[in-house]
Amino acid sequence: MSAVVQQSSGVTSAGARVGRAVKPQSESELQASARQARTRNRVWVWVGRIAVAVIFIGGWQLLTQTKLLDPFFYGQPTQIWDALVTLFTKGTAFGSIWDQLWVTVQEALFGFLFGSLAGVIIGILLGSNRYLSNVFNPYIKIANSIPRIVLGSIFIVAFGLGIFPKILLAAVLVFFAVFFNAYQGVREVDQNLIANVRVLGASPLQIARHVTIPSAMTWIIASLHTAFGFAIIGALVAEVLGAQKGIGLIISQSQGRFDPNTVFACMVIMAIVTLGAEYLITLLERSVLKWRPPVRSESQAI
Amino acid sequence: MGENTPKRTPVPPGVADDAARIDIIALTKRFLTPKGAPFTAIRDVSLTVEAGQFCAIVGPTGCGKSTTLAQVSGLEKPSSGSVQVGGRIVDGITNGVSYMFQADSLFPWKTVLQNVMIGPVLLGTPKKAAMALAIDWLRRVNLSGFEDRYPHQLSGGMRKRVAMAAALINNPRILLMDEPFGALDVQTKAIMQTELLDLWEELRPSVLFITHDLDEAVALSDRVVIMTSSPGTVKDVFDIDLPRPRGDVQTLRHEKRFIELQTQIWESLRDEVTRAYERTTGVAA
Ligand SMILES: Nc1ncnc2c1ncn2[C@@H]1O[C@H](COP(=O)(O)OP(=O)(O)OP(=O)(O)O)[C@@H](O)[C@H]1O
Ligand SMILES: [Mg+2]
Repeated sequence: MSAVVQQSSGVTSAGARVGRAVKPQSESELQASARQARTRNRVWVWVGRIAVAVIFIGGWQLLTQTKLLDPFFYGQPTQIWDALVTLFTKGTAFGSIWDQLWVTVQEALFGFLFGSLAGVIIGILLGSNRYLSNVFNPYIKIANSIPRIVLGSIFIVAFGLGIFPKILLAAVLVFFAVFFNAYQGVREVDQNLIANVRVLGASPLQIARHVTIPSAMTWIIASLHTAFGFAIIGALVAEVLGAQKGIGLIISQSQGRFDPNTVFACMVIMAIVTLGAEYLITLLERSVLKWRPPVRSESQAI
Repeated sequence: MGENTPKRTPVPPGVADDAARIDIIALTKRFLTPKGAPFTAIRDVSLTVEAGQFCAIVGPTGCGKSTTLAQVSGLEKPSSGSVQVGGRIVDGITNGVSYMFQADSLFPWKTVLQNVMIGPVLLGTPKKAAMALAIDWLRRVNLSGFEDRYPHQLSGGMRKRVAMAAALINNPRILLMDEPFGALDVQTKAIMQTELLDLWEELRPSVLFITHDLDEAVALSDRVVIMTSSPGTVKDVFDIDLPRPRGDVQTLRHEKRFIELQTQIWESLRDEVTRAYERTTGVAA
């Protein structure tokens, strides 16, 4: 995402530079100046980002140190750091932090995989078949209106404290995010393009392969970004509700011990995981949607 | 080329087979408006396109030209009347038809090469053969070197050339073109018209060609059909007796016979255009 933003601002400032130049420049000079402008821009973006972090964390530290905010409830950045160090050096009451993290990541990943797969398949199916869509429409709406936490409790009661109910809850959260997008994506397919392949003699399967799926892909991939966040939430919430391992378990234990710093430390860990996944999804998006004109992906990235 | 179009019996290029004859018989198409009232788009349209003939349709906007083409392609079903292709009533997608739509209908996620390949690929041609054929067709429309671009990286004129290659690659028996050069500048248009005529002479499909440009209609066609304002029906049919091959479209424009025909057709069309215009402005007022 960041790369796109930088690119766009790089182009404008390069243009401004060319406008200012008095004597005509050679091609290589133009290229060099454009590259310079781009690097300068990237530097500024990072300066801005670091400034935001410094102000936020520094302000937090300051407010809690001066007791304007009570560190007992709100934690404190330095103590969160200490908690992080403790988690990674001393481990947790349930084993090493890496074990816990691995369990949670596994749950989120499987949930993400199954949920998005089901979402894409069912979304495309219902999106391209009016009859099925009419039949299932009310049931999907009902299922979507069930509070997910309640669902989590039911899963844990039904399937125990193992990894399976966590995957299930994560998958359910992911499913609805992806399903509605895939469904809408199929609905938005340009009817002209469908007519185009139909005239050329395409079968329904060929229509799906050459038109419907690639066209809906824009929507589906957009939903994957939020979907991974949902997968993590699903896994964590289910763990908080009842588990033998996982980051969510550490969170609920720390909560019981009135230890906000460890809770925050766990949030930091999960944020890093989510950022990593987000990066991978962006890579996937770039390779699958490389046909898109840059302007559009830019506006979507912002 | 015949072996790449398995659904059709190969025809020697330049020779039209009788299966390419189009008979439109008392064709009527009604649509339901959003309010539920029926709306007649075309009424009792009858016209014949001989095998291998180039037929232009002109008429005021909204008179039902695109609707007529959709019935011929088999994408839509007529409300009454029928379309026959090669003596067989069209029911479902007509075999051996290529359609250049009024709106841009390239696949934005396919490269230029993949866009042109899609025709043979859908007919089951092996990928390698389809690719070779597409490369050849891109050369014919002067787009060699652009194989790997995506449609959004092309100019409007180039996109039309890709669409033309994609329409012709299957060696269609019938070619339906809906204002293919409508949005092009005059020079590009002239070049593409000449290109189209050359390709048509070579393959000899029957062509139904919609346009608003009378010069274009006269320069390209054997027959020009004038449609009335909505609900559209055939008003006049002009046979264009300019000799073939017509050569460069630009020079043709200045010939005496060309100007005569163009004037006649404009006389016939003018009333309809005025009527359509008055109706739309009358509604707006
Ligand atoms: N699916 C539809 N539902 C309702 N009305 C339609 C539909 N398709 C076309 N029409 C109507 O039928 C009439 C003819 O439309 P058509 O697209 O054939 O016009 P056209 O002659 O191609 O016009 P233009 O030259 O502007 O492209 C128009 O009044 C249009 O509003
Ligand atoms: Mg039209």
